[in-house]
Amino acid sequence: MTASKFMAIQQALQPDWFQCLSDGEASCEEATSIKRARKSVDRSLLFLDNCLRLQEESEVLRKSTIIGVIEGGDVMEERLRSARETAKRPVGGFLLDGFQGNPTTLETRLYLLSSVTAELPEDKPRLICGVSRPDEVLECIERGVDLFESFFPYQVTERGCALTFSFDYQPNPEETLSQQNGTQEEIKYADQTKKIKTTSCNQEITSFEINLKEKKYQEDFDPLVRGCSCYCCKNHTRAYIHHLLVTNELLAGVLLMMHNFEHYFGFFHSIREALRSDRLAQLKELIRRQAS
Amino acid sequence: MAAAVSPTSVESAPRIMKLVAECSRSRARAGELRLPHGPVATPVFMPVGTQATMKGITAEQLDALGCRICLGNTYHLGLRPGPELIQKAHGLHGFMNWPHNLLTDSGGFQMVSLVSLSEVTEEGVRFRSPYDGDESLLSPEKSVEIQNALGSDIIMQLDDVVSSTVTGPRVEEAMYRSIRWLDRCIAAHQRPDKQNLFAIIQGGLDEDLRATCLEEMTKRDVPGFAIGGLSGGESKGQFWRMVALSTSRLPKDKPRYLMGVGYATDLVVCVALGCDMFDCVFPTRTARFGSALVPTGNLQLKKKQYEKDFRPIDPECACPTCQKHSRAFLHALLHSDNTAALHHLTVHNIAYQLRLMSAVRASIVEKRFPDFVQDFMGTMYGDPTLCPAWATEALASLSHSVYLTGSREWEPLTPDSSKRIETPRE
Repeated sequence: MTASKFMAIQQALQPDWFQCLSDGEASCEEATSIKRARKSVDRSLLFLDNCLRLQEESEVLRKSTIIGVIEGGDVMEERLRSARETAKRPVGGFLLDGFQGNPTTLETRLYLLSSVTAELPEDKPRLICGVSRPDEVLECIERGVDLFESFFPYQVTERGCALTFSFDYQPNPEETLSQQNGTQEEIKYADQTKKIKTTSCNQEITSFEINLKEKKYQEDFDPLVRGCSCYCCKNHTRAYIHHLLVTNELLAGVLLMMHNFEHYFGFFHSIREALRSDRLAQLKELIRRQAS
Repeated sequence: MAAAVSPTSVESAPRIMKLVAECSRSRARAGELRLPHGPVATPVFMPVGTQATMKGITAEQLDALGCRICLGNTYHLGLRPGPELIQKAHGLHGFMNWPHNLLTDSGGFQMVSLVSLSEVTEEGVRFRSPYDGDESLLSPEKSVEIQNALGSDIIMQLDDVVSSTVTGPRVEEAMYRSIRWLDRCIAAHQRPDKQNLFAIIQGGLDEDLRATCLEEMTKRDVPGFAIGGLSGGESKGQFWRMVALSTSRLPKDKPRYLMGVGYATDLVVCVALGCDMFDCVFPTRTARFGSALVPTGNLQLKKKQYEKDFRPIDPECACPTCQKHSRAFLHALLHSDNTAALHHLTVHNIAYQLRLMSAVRASIVEKRFPDFVQDFMGTMYGDPTLCPAWATEALASLSHSVYLTGSREWEPLTPDSSKRIETPRE
């Protein structure tokens, strides 16, 4: 894959935005050598400059926006260099690569993340890849990230689970209680939480979700989440989803995906509201209480 | 009509079928079924949603396609999730949230399809569960009990089903037993006012046995009759003769349900022979293999020739799949690791079947059914005279061989070999 091959593909796809070709190998290793990190930054900048030049030469490509990729592994110096240099180029936004992993590794990189975003212009969007869990999302938002991938609801669906975590940070105890539909009790007393071990699709069930395959849902005629306005919750019950999962029916995934997306997008809606009304801390506390 | 001969007195069965039009040159009829969950126009094709779901399609999608009746399966649902749970969920309608009609099969067919796991006695069918090895007895009473709990609008008697390839005394035994089981089902039925119990005519491929079964079962006052024991491995020649025999002896004012028939040609011919209702897993199953049904046959969308074909499956089709997606897109999806294509194709294939039935019905109502058949065969086989021999025979039996020509000039039935088409056109 060369810059010209890459740009030829973009020319065919005609995306609105596209992530520039970059060297992210520094992020795949446990411990990055400074040399390797430096190389990843140098190469990525070279790719970026080549792609920008090719973009100039193409009328079709000029309609798309290039997103610059910040590399540098775990080496602060290289990260800052990558950020500053990329920011000098006429990109439409920035993608922070190499922060994917499990929550513990993210924690150690949060300081790195703040430092990187501090170098980036305020008026351009910041994307991050590999981060999608509700608690991780909030940590990144606090440190200046704007866009996330939504593979988390997809993974939840694939394991036959439904998102039920609350994102209603408004202090109305009665409403909160009924909306959570007993989930709070489940989280407090049930032993559902497990440490995340891998970053693959086989991630363990989190405390943000319920496992519809469990026998206890066999006769549960409530919707997945009371008050949810998705197609699944408006039309079907936990008992029905349980049946579909047990009988390996295709519809299980269809209905769960509809719910999980709606729930997840609802979460982001509440994030935006919380930011507007300066209540992010409350939302963060609510999510933190529900995290494993 | 003779009164019911079962020991318990049965109220006169409701007349659920209203005839709207009849073809004067065949036995085709257009009608309307009056069922507890709304009217259903006939002839009708009923998609099969075995386990309380239509294979990846939502109830809303199915409703939007115009489906007003579909099937559930007593054997499967009786095992998982079981009748008690479904009853708690307000019946099968409540459990799957389907607002229109449901027909449940009795579990009889599983006797054939799961023959290695079942044993038939006068008592009923003993099944060994494939899930936990548990044994269960499905008797006529038990089957009706489960179906009463499911609450479907049409329920089927438990019949003693033998494969159509079986010959000898077993066929006769099964036929007589089915009559006895019908009486037991009628006696056990707790909700005749809410659920319509249909009899199922058996007798295999034996004319005399069929005739006997017809004579006996039509003495019972049930709201409708199904023609069973066909659509197995029998030859098409035998198949159509048994269908024709059955419809000739079934009352005109009650619906005739031909079980297990779903290929387009079969549907059209069997409507001509006087059938009103059909079910088959074919359209939904074939969708999951990447096959799309079209008036000229089917498209195997996995094949390379569709890689860059940007037309919809059928430009005349109004289904969401044809409105939004191209063959090329579906081809790409079929070669990816997600199941999206299967959903799109299932939607289309159901739409195809329903549209076909709709067109058939309109032609009967507008008194041009023979011309419709002519056009249908022409489109499907390249020329009306090139339709399969059994279909020609079946249609010819109805109206002395001028049938196929409709209102057109008679053509000799010796096909020009240069016009012969080996595979369906696209």
